[in-house]
Amino acid sequence: MNNNKVIQVEGLTKTFGDFTAVNAITFEVEKGEIFGFLGANGAGKTTAMKMLIGISNPTSGKANVAGFDVFTHAEDIKKNIGYMSQKFALYDDLTVKENITFFGGIYGLPRKRIKEKSEILIQELGLEKVANTLVGALPLGWKQKLSFSVSLIHDPKIVFLDEPTGGVDPITRRQFWEMIYKAAHEGTTVFVTTHYMDEAEYCDRVSIMVNGKIEALDTPKKLKEQFKVDNMNDVFLKLARG
Amino acid sequence: MKRFIGFIKKEFYHIFRDRRSLFILFGMPIAQIMLFGFAITNEINNVDIAILDHSKDATTKEIINKISASKYFSIKQMLTREAEIASVFEKGHVKAVLNFEKDFSQKLIKDNKATVQIITDATDPNTANTISNYVNAILQTYQKEINKDIVISYQIVPQTRMVYNPELKSVYMFVPGVMTIILMLVSAMMTSISITREKELGTMEILLVSPLKPIQVIVGKVFPYIFLSIINAIVIVMLSIFIFKMPVQGSLFLLGLESVLFIITALALGILISTISATQQTAMMISLMGLMLPVILLSGFIFPISSMPLPLQLISNIIPAKWFIIIIKGIMLKGVGLQYIWKETLILVGMTVFFIALSVKKYKIRLE
Repeated sequence: MNNNKVIQVEGLTKTFGDFTAVNAITFEVEKGEIFGFLGANGAGKTTAMKMLIGISNPTSGKANVAGFDVFTHAEDIKKNIGYMSQKFALYDDLTVKENITFFGGIYGLPRKRIKEKSEILIQELGLEKVANTLVGALPLGWKQKLSFSVSLIHDPKIVFLDEPTGGVDPITRRQFWEMIYKAAHEGTTVFVTTHYMDEAEYCDRVSIMVNGKIEALDTPKKLKEQFKVDNMNDVFLKLARG
Repeated sequence: MKRFIGFIKKEFYHIFRDRRSLFILFGMPIAQIMLFGFAITNEINNVDIAILDHSKDATTKEIINKISASKYFSIKQMLTREAEIASVFEKGHVKAVLNFEKDFSQKLIKDNKATVQIITDATDPNTANTISNYVNAILQTYQKEINKDIVISYQIVPQTRMVYNPELKSVYMFVPGVMTIILMLVSAMMTSISITREKELGTMEILLVSPLKPIQVIVGKVFPYIFLSIINAIVIVMLSIFIFKMPVQGSLFLLGLESVLFIITALALGILISTISATQQTAMMISLMGLMLPVILLSGFIFPISSMPLPLQLISNIIPAKWFIIIIKGIMLKGVGLQYIWKETLILVGMTVFFIALSVKKYKIRLE
């Protein structure tokens, strides 16, 4: 396989009884790319993502993530990816430091490394003053950023973000995307699902899922040209309405 | 292993930072055992009674003396007329009235027979029954005393001996019951709530995407509760030994082992509940309705199983608490060893294996 392709998917399908949630999708994602995974609610985004992160078994097709097969090496994939879900998912009743230590711990980082990491992380996020405060007391924007940093704590090859900016104010969203850029710049591949079409513009390439199929996949610029519109929102509407 | 320790540390943070769970874990066992031990009791003590003595002769006086000398009764009122009986009951001053007929001594000597009426307030049937039994016992003893020089032909003398709990202390029955309730509550309810909490918060998904194996997540979640349940069991046994003077007749080691077995049964149930409920609320409702009520009502803790209607007797068999109560009553009160309770133990082991297998299956389906 090509080492630059960190995600390779071919004809990946998931059916639940008679219902085909994901219908033979095929795409590739390159190292360091920010890949936008778009689609309306129920289009199959989350199901597709769950197969890629190894918590749902595909019905058929092929998929290789971070160099490992999703059918046979799901456990190895888990070590090499980070994940942030649409629900904010740190522990409210643990402090900032305790959260970092815990997640560092379950990814098997040595104690010394966790300590270094947590210092760097706290400093970068400007959370020095609240390092020992319970996360539950922090504003949502801070939590979201912390949650993203925590998903990167083990320096994964790919980070999967499932609607990471839901319910966040525009300024924080902006800062959040700066963090995403920084991670991508450092070589982490970012796989992100989103509802916000302006965010789709920030991605290197986007795919748009409709009814379980990928109907379009290209750079935002080319997609706009292809559909003869001037923003991603219109691309999405044209596709979704068929 | 290191990952696992970090996980358990996190669980303890959750427990110790949540006042509600702390109260359920430590306040509840102590409060319950104290309540059941001291306040809720089937024994009677210093029950207020009234006496209507129409004879006022030597015999009735002697009987009255005997009654007032016992610690069970205190004579609150001496009535003078029949009409007063209804009114003392209505006012609720007394629980029983003893009504001695006229010329009690004379009749006793002349007719060999005299009557005393025991009237009890049966709004509380258990107490009424107990009172009448106690009064009867006192009268029997007195009768034997006055008859001791006379030989009566054809006499059946029942000799009652209450084994294992000669003083009929109700705490003997409550300690095993409360211990069962507490272990069930802590193990099943708390674990099911704590697992569904992670599901509700979305952290479960994060944990499943991490390199931790699902089994590690589940074991990590239940482990602290095994530990805390064992501490609870120890506290309850200590309280019953030192505060209620209820000795453990059998082996403490065996009691410990059986308790750990029951804790694991309850934990398996807790895991099962967490796989079928999406929210903490649901988990709590299922635990309370589905576990606590059967434990209290159908396990034989309060109501004897043998006097239940047949369908309920059959249902009681599938309640793990029933078997555990038989086991710990056996060890604590009768001092029996494993050879007498191996059947019950085996049933519990079987149930545990079944619950674990079922929840593993459910868990896998959910992951699909």
